[in-house]
Amino acid sequence: MIEEIGRWLDARLHTAKFFRRALNHVFPDHWSFMLGEIALYSFVILVITGTYLALFFKASSDQVIYHGTYHALSGVRMSEAYRSVLDLSFDVPAGLLVRQMHHWTSLIFVGAIVAHAARIFFTSAYRRPREMNWLIGLTLLVLALVNGFLGYSILDDVLSGTGLRIGYAIMLSIPVIGPWVTFLFLGGNVPVATTIPRFYSLHIFLIPALIAALLALHLGIVWRQLHTNYPGPRRTNASIVGSRLWPSYAAKSIGLLLFLFAVVAMLGGLVQIDPVWIYGPYNPDAVITGAQPDWYLGWVEGAMRLFPGVNLRVGEILVIPAVFFPAVLLPLLLFGTLYAFPFLDKPFPSDEKAHNVLRLPYEQPLHTAFGCAVLMFLLVLFFAGGDDVIAVATGTSVVQIRTILRVLVFGAPAATAALVYLLCIGARRRHAVPRPSPDESEAA
Amino acid sequence: MSENEKRGPRIPDGNPARSSRVSGEQAKRETDQKASHGKHTAAVAIDVLLLGWMFAKSIFSKAPAGNGISAPPLNVPRPAAPDRRAVPVRDGTPDIVVGPIPAAVLIAPPPRIPEKTGRSADRNLEPESGSRRRWGTGFVLCAFALGIAAGVGFLFSYWSGANTLLLGGTLSVFLGAFGVALVLYSHLLMPHTEATAPREQLPSSTGQRDAALDDYCAGVRGVQRRSLLKWGGAAGTGLLASIVISLMRSLGMSPYPALFTTVWKRGERLMTSGGQPISVDSLEHGSTITVFPESSVGSERAQTVLIRVKEQLLQLSSDRAGWAPMGYVAYSRVCTHAGCPVALFEADTNQLLCPCHQSTFDVLSGARPTGGPAARPLPQLPLYMDSDGILRAAGGFTAPPGPGFSGM
Repeated sequence: MIEEIGRWLDARLHTAKFFRRALNHVFPDHWSFMLGEIALYSFVILVITGTYLALFFKASSDQVIYHGTYHALSGVRMSEAYRSVLDLSFDVPAGLLVRQMHHWTSLIFVGAIVAHAARIFFTSAYRRPREMNWLIGLTLLVLALVNGFLGYSILDDVLSGTGLRIGYAIMLSIPVIGPWVTFLFLGGNVPVATTIPRFYSLHIFLIPALIAALLALHLGIVWRQLHTNYPGPRRTNASIVGSRLWPSYAAKSIGLLLFLFAVVAMLGGLVQIDPVWIYGPYNPDAVITGAQPDWYLGWVEGAMRLFPGVNLRVGEILVIPAVFFPAVLLPLLLFGTLYAFPFLDKPFPSDEKAHNVLRLPYEQPLHTAFGCAVLMFLLVLFFAGGDDVIAVATGTSVVQIRTILRVLVFGAPAATAALVYLLCIGARRRHAVPRPSPDESEAA
Repeated sequence: MSENEKRGPRIPDGNPARSSRVSGEQAKRETDQKASHGKHTAAVAIDVLLLGWMFAKSIFSKAPAGNGISAPPLNVPRPAAPDRRAVPVRDGTPDIVVGPIPAAVLIAPPPRIPEKTGRSADRNLEPESGSRRRWGTGFVLCAFALGIAAGVGFLFSYWSGANTLLLGGTLSVFLGAFGVALVLYSHLLMPHTEATAPREQLPSSTGQRDAALDDYCAGVRGVQRRSLLKWGGAAGTGLLASIVISLMRSLGMSPYPALFTTVWKRGERLMTSGGQPISVDSLEHGSTITVFPESSVGSERAQTVLIRVKEQLLQLSSDRAGWAPMGYVAYSRVCTHAGCPVALFEADTNQLLCPCHQSTFDVLSGARPTGGPAARPLPQLPLYMDSDGILRAAGGFTAPPGPGFSGM
């Protein structure tokens, strides 16, 4: 059967050689290479579940009165979008399961991308010749963040309405062009009827298409350049060591896809997420306390809470509103640094070598300390995003928590950097016998 | 290759000799196992434990070589088993070097790096051993059976009421069991040898690069009237960009004056969201209500928080005197920080609090920010009481409501 198909294809496309290369493609055996795979498979699950959801969702903010299965909201005015989410959750068999699976997968998707990027960063896998894939990967992360925000904004419940207002304020805060960008993007002042249909088409078409295209490019480049290897015997700049694709690696990888799907199904079925019927429909004068964005935007939220109210004025005219600094400038600086990193972290003036063997974190103490400090900075901001929740839980005032966090946001990264640096130096001393360089061990 | 051959004889334990010796031992062990089959329950129990441990380990902790683990290798590494794929198939030489590792690269590794590569299952258990196949088959069968049972369970629960908990649980077990089965298959019942493949050397040779560039330049040189092509292309691209930008203009109205205006104007009555006007005794001292302009109840931008405080407490600036009849004072309810409704009022301190980022505003002194990230006061709505004792706006807000923007 396979032989016949193969012969048929080969007679038309000359595929035998490619097929053989593909079966023998070598993948390194290390768990950290699974992180990217998890991100990839999360995207697959998002597309599958999202397609199902799109068959039921109505992207419209036309107002209707609800008379559905969920009696607590009977007779309440709401948008058609919100009603379609209620119908999907209460009336479509397995609708709630798929909706919750979609939302859980989106959280895992971003988490896997971040973990994958951290692995790349801490092992310096972005070095020549892989700079391009680092840039593409970062762009995929940005797209995933944006699409997550768009996704939970279109449900038109109170929480998503709150997120949308904050998004509006962030866009509006961009100096000079902010108002124009906002009005062209949203169609007017929030809330405006054009927003949900626009977000919907961006969420289900434009951004997923971009993600799919960049993902194909990302994987194509990995396939062409081969993976990196952790340092070890026979792992040199000129050769790769690992498992062949066929059959055991392929079986393991499909097993991982199924296992991820299983985890998501368990979460989607058993752990409630985004219960919009509890929040209630979006209503101009409604807001909820303790409102939190999805985890991956927590750091932006936290930065907005911690940053002091500083407006930049020229005379009486407001030029830069306070929101701009934590919500636009900070993310720009963070991602700008990450995008530029492969071009900053290289021997001066140029790096002509291909680096195929990874550096271990302890071998580059400054680099590792810097990465950990940035992660700690983001972690403190993440907790700052829930300062009201922490205040309620600990019985202190928000003002106190905010003061502590304003100190921690600089203190904790500094302490982390120092500690990690010392740990790395210690580890490097313990492994005092230097490893031969990847090029030397090849010659040995 | 010639260098490899030169070094070959110096390796004390050559690859071919060792591999044949090991496979001989292996064969002997297997016959022994077959002979004593069924007698050694203890050995079987150890097998089970070993397999479980290996499975857990292979999933959670695949240690990289040279990651600093200084434990000695558990087993003397065996040279790779002869691999049929290394033999040229059908035509010519293999285009990827796989299979037996050339003897030269099997030289003892540097002292700090333990020879601990590949999968633990392969290091610790003979791939061809009967017990591995027996237990592998058992585990995979169990996983498949569990998966099939759960899959049937999903179908059953879907067709009989579709309870989300049951659906999620059964779907999860169904997918998970098949996933586990595949991973077990991969680890226990599929061939695995560590493979080494050469990497393509980067970049291309100077000759190849020059040839490509030459072809490109030759093509360019062949084009006549190149400057015309350049200018034509530039004009076309510029026009296309202008057209696209113009089309984008259809996406939204101008932000000016929309950002500066609300429907509040002199004479608009204050209405509750239920459409009730506000009269002198609608509110107690220290209480609050959300109001809208009569002509636009439910408007996001025009929403206003109306608070009644004791008149003598108010410290409004002199130009705002008379804006708060009978202690009724009104501010935009949209936070000047990020646009959330400023929904909480603390009567003890006369503070308005935004639940989104915890900005606080002092109601008594024109809603100036007293804490949190907000930098501008909430715009005030001047009020007056008409002859029927109904509250009306005496004008629009003192500033554009909502979050800040350039040029405000």
